[in-house]
Amino acid sequence: MIPKEIKDKLTKQIAENEYPREEVVNVMYALQQHYGYMSDEAVSEACELLNMTPLEIDELATFYDFIYREPVGKYVIHVCDSTICWMYGNDSLMDYLARKLGIAAGETTSDGLFSLLPSCCIGYCDHAPAILINGKPYGNLTPESIDEILETLRSQTSVLAEVK
Amino acid sequence: MPSSRPRFILHDRKAGKTISLDEYRNTGGYQGLEKTLREYSPDDVKEIILDSGLRGHGGAGFPTGRKWKFVKDNSIHPRYVVANTDEMEPGTFKDRTIISVNPHTVIEGMVIAAYANSAIKGYLFVRPSYQEIAVIFQDALKDAEEAGFLGKKIMGKDFSFDIVIHRSAGRYICGEAKGLIHALEGKRPHPNIEGHLTSTGLWGQPTIVNNAETLAYVPHILRNGAEWFKKLGRHENAPGNKVYSISGRITRPGAFELPFGTPLNEIMEERGGMTRGYEFKAFMPGGASTPFMPKKYYDVNMDFYSLAQIGSDYRFGTGAIMIFDQKTCLVAAALNLMQFFARESCGWCTPCREGLPYMEDLLRRIENGEGKEEYIATLREMSRLMSYSYCAFALGAAGPVIGLLDNFIDEVREHISQKKCPFGKERQG
Repeated sequence: MIPKEIKDKLTKQIAENEYPREEVVNVMYALQQHYGYMSDEAVSEACELLNMTPLEIDELATFYDFIYREPVGKYVIHVCDSTICWMYGNDSLMDYLARKLGIAAGETTSDGLFSLLPSCCIGYCDHAPAILINGKPYGNLTPESIDEILETLRSQTSVLAEVK
Repeated sequence: MPSSRPRFILHDRKAGKTISLDEYRNTGGYQGLEKTLREYSPDDVKEIILDSGLRGHGGAGFPTGRKWKFVKDNSIHPRYVVANTDEMEPGTFKDRTIISVNPHTVIEGMVIAAYANSAIKGYLFVRPSYQEIAVIFQDALKDAEEAGFLGKKIMGKDFSFDIVIHRSAGRYICGEAKGLIHALEGKRPHPNIEGHLTSTGLWGQPTIVNNAETLAYVPHILRNGAEWFKKLGRHENAPGNKVYSISGRITRPGAFELPFGTPLNEIMEERGGMTRGYEFKAFMPGGASTPFMPKKYYDVNMDFYSLAQIGSDYRFGTGAIMIFDQKTCLVAAALNLMQFFARESCGWCTPCREGLPYMEDLLRRIENGEGKEEYIATLREMSRLMSYSYCAFALGAAGPVIGLLDNFIDEVREHISQKKCPFGKERQG
């Protein structure tokens, strides 16, 4: 179950709309934020909040690239594999990331930190090759800059763990 | 700034900086709206926009004034306005640049569009990889509302209009106007709506869906007049300016504003020419759904009219110019593009859902040295059949293939006769 405050906030947000369904993507994002992905439980909670059927929610959850119906890592890396990034060596970038993380495209590291997903054009062709990590773009990538990015994310996570 | 090249969308561009409300107003911002509310009726506005020759910059190039005129005086209420910044077409990133530099010109354009079409609510449709511009836009909306340019009784007149941001969860089909409407309604974004959105759009109501760049020009046209706008372009059939996004093997990639119809060679020069060590081989004029074009078109004016003059398969699209070098295999590039389109097909109609993976398979075989001469005819036939799909996307997907077969057939045949990619790169996946 989602905590009461999230539920109340979403209920209020939905009620402000003439057509509650307009909020469905926001609701899925919020539930995903809480559960880490769009779990079965999240689907039924979305149904209840929006008065929609499981089928109506699921056909959206499985359609959109940024709603994850399977568990994903804390950091989801979307690797752009469209034209310009491809021309700038996306193949080797994906290989490098996969080797570095010890997973294949579509998988999550065993510590639950990183997921690696091939993605369609993310709109940073002027900074190719580019990736998106939890919505934040990183461009003009080299093996060195990737190492640095992964290292920063790892150290942020360990700091958080200590604080907890 | 050279007076011969006025930039009015990206005029005060500073790296990493957004033009504030005050800065925007200091250079004439919101004067277009003020003049509109003071001097023009909604019909006048539509007439001025039509007269200016402004066309849709989302790729189709449909005259904006004509679209607005589809909404009639007696059309039902409420009505809506949508600014489309989904731009998921590979190579296209101009809307991201426009909103991150100058969000108020899009807001002002939306408010004027709302006035012209008596709309009460507007949406900015943003893709998930553009979270940054959603934040920028949200801040700008707040400033505009506090200054009285948005919300209830705009500038003291009997006209109210609100704008909300719709954060999408990402699929190419959401950029198609009808798919976008379904996405806003919380339905699966198939483009299956019969009829015009201007009569049955969002929730069955009249809806204007314009690309964000198109709307960005509107305030400047109202402030300076249709004649002024027409004279900005490089020739009479290319009115206004254009924000070209250029990427690939070019020294300084990016999105920047130039007079509409600027020839490719000048655009290349402006951006420092080819990346050192690379030679020009081909370009796509306007995103992934336009054909590969060879060097003989290096001097072509980059606008809707001039590209259409070349032939019926040629389109200007979004003005997202992609530059390919002599070391890049165009069969592999076409395969990469087809992989994108096949993956992004929404699955609603058969030609697109079944046809694109089939074309992808043929291209992959050719690229991997397993191609046959007869595949060329099949690819041509399949490209033709894409015109039977429900929306324009599948036909767009055929664009690169048509360009490849029309302009680079020798390269395709080399793959077939040598039974391998002559560029030596076996592409997997």
